[in-house]
Amino acid sequence: MQPVTCFSGKVVPLPVSDIDTDQIIPARFLKTIEKLGLGENLFNDWRYLPDGGPNPEFVLNQPRAAGGTILLAGDNFGCGSSREHAPWALLGFGFRAVISTSFADIFRNNCLKNGLLPVTVDAATLAELFDAASSDEGLEVTVDLANQTLTLPSGRGVSFPIDNFSKQCLLEGGDQLSYIQQRMAAITAYESNSADALNTLA
Amino acid sequence: MAPRYAVKTAGAPVQDALARAGPTPAWARLELVTKPRTLYEKVWDSHVVAHEAGAPAVLYIDLHLVHEVTSPQAFQGLRDRGIKVRRPDRTQATMDHSIPTQNQALPIMDPIAAKQVQQLRVNCREFDVPLADLGDESQGIVHVIGPELGLTRPGITVVCGDSHTSTHGAFGALAFGIGTTEVEHVLATQCLLQHRSKTCEVRFAGRAADGVVAKDLILALIAEIGIGGGTGYVLEYSGEAIRSLSMEGRMTVCNMSIEGGARAGMVAPDETTYEFLADKPTVPKGAEWDAAVARWRKLPSDEGAVYDRTVEIDAAALEPMITWGTNPGMGVRVSQPVPEPNGNPSVRKALDYMRLEPGKPLIGQPVDVVFIGSCTNSRISDLRQAASLLHGRKVNPKVRMMVVPGSERIRAQAEAEGLADVFRAAGADWRQAGCSMCIAMNGDQLDSGQYCVSTSNRNFEGRQGKGGRTFLASPLTAAAAAVEGSVADPRRYL
Repeated sequence: MQPVTCFSGKVVPLPVSDIDTDQIIPARFLKTIEKLGLGENLFNDWRYLPDGGPNPEFVLNQPRAAGGTILLAGDNFGCGSSREHAPWALLGFGFRAVISTSFADIFRNNCLKNGLLPVTVDAATLAELFDAASSDEGLEVTVDLANQTLTLPSGRGVSFPIDNFSKQCLLEGGDQLSYIQQRMAAITAYESNSADALNTLA
Repeated sequence: MAPRYAVKTAGAPVQDALARAGPTPAWARLELVTKPRTLYEKVWDSHVVAHEAGAPAVLYIDLHLVHEVTSPQAFQGLRDRGIKVRRPDRTQATMDHSIPTQNQALPIMDPIAAKQVQQLRVNCREFDVPLADLGDESQGIVHVIGPELGLTRPGITVVCGDSHTSTHGAFGALAFGIGTTEVEHVLATQCLLQHRSKTCEVRFAGRAADGVVAKDLILALIAEIGIGGGTGYVLEYSGEAIRSLSMEGRMTVCNMSIEGGARAGMVAPDETTYEFLADKPTVPKGAEWDAAVARWRKLPSDEGAVYDRTVEIDAAALEPMITWGTNPGMGVRVSQPVPEPNGNPSVRKALDYMRLEPGKPLIGQPVDVVFIGSCTNSRISDLRQAASLLHGRKVNPKVRMMVVPGSERIRAQAEAEGLADVFRAAGADWRQAGCSMCIAMNGDQLDSGQYCVSTSNRNFEGRQGKGGRTFLASPLTAAAAAVEGSVADPRRYL
């Protein structure tokens, strides 16, 4: 995982609420056994017409999306299926952060494990950003993870929440598995003292 | 680990006054009491392996279920790191999402699906993980076979790379879906990093009327709280309407907790739970069984346990439910009309996709397909419900009806009970076990523009096939629609 620190990026607005992970990456693309290559099917059924050509009305097919790294979306982004293919597809397209008022739990977890930053803002800030994006196709914002600050075009900084542990992992590009592995003695002790007996091999 | 005991004191001013007044009288002494805990808190507390300040808890996972779609990248991660599966004896794999639901003994025609299924076989062999493969008597939808094998039990933790893992909470287990990176964590360590959730009691007061079944309870709840309403919470379902449900019904309710945004839903275990489990293949026997039941009896939430939130639903006032839109929260009573957008862009967008007219009744809306199946409603009691309505009747000739049992065991049982014959005689297509048209990865799918009454869990755009339009409902409501060829009220057939 690449470290996430401070970056400025072009905003791609998608003013739809409750975008589920089936829209982010439809199930028929989950037959892959790889993590890479999902970016081209990001938002597939909104992005392509029945004949396979790009839908000119969908934002990812518009010039403003070129080089965009920050997705701006409506409330409750990433609900539904637990598929980690959703953040893989967003990263594959080139997104590094998603801004919304709320994220579904499993999606949020999956983002944090892959270096895709979920930035939660209040409804007024989200509305301000959608307004700014509608009048400026080249809208850029700055995300500073260390200071947990999103700097709006107006210069106003808004803070966003993130748990400290995930923050440190993102800043260092660190691996959460190694944290668990370092506690192997405690795991072994738990297994011999407390764990429920259960055997799938029986 | 979180403290199990809290020190309850009299109010601080009283303490100060007592300190000034000299020796403390007996009635005012510090009282050491067990803090009442919820079911969730008990299961959480008993699974915390380590919890350091500023970090999430390391939570032990008793049972890890694995399927072909969300595991290949995790196994590859183990391979890349040169590590093994820590506890193959706490891991159970099966294949369900990408597999066909007919001619399962033949090679899979879709080469990408065939490769994925083959990869699961390779991974299970290489890492010694038990696999319920196609043709195995234990094969089926991952959330159907866990309980069937007796692996899902009260008080344990269960995870799977699948959001409907919440199903297993019906047994009083803490069960939730995870992503593939977390699948790798559990394969490697049998643990997960987790933050404690908030708790919400969902009380279904009263008894549901005839024709109102488990699916209607959960659709009514999600319509009430919205699809993000449960985010951050673990739900605990209680009340008479839940107590009177079978284990299958409780699984249906817990299954769709995630559709309200809650990662997990739980029901406290009781006699219904123990009765269901008693004859399952892997459960402890004899004295060990008695000891297990004695432990499980301590799991229900204590008197006085505090939830962060409580939601009450009057179950006695509910009617059969159906969704009209493109998320599971967009549901109404089947007798109600399609709602007006009233300036809500999400409703407008959903109605455009569904091509439904606001204000028009849903009853009578023609349907092309009826699907009975999925981890929500593919168990024996679901099939019995549908068959009871279809017995002696015919599927409307305009409708294609598919019935897909949740597991090979259920398929065999339904055939032995004569349910399969009822479905076939009615003109329905009786299939082999798998996820099928719930997720439409295997070729079982809607054509663009088709309407389907489905017993599955998601009506998202394109979920059952690109351009397909889904009405979520109970097996009874689905069977009634199959007979009439349009959305129908199942109470007409009771």
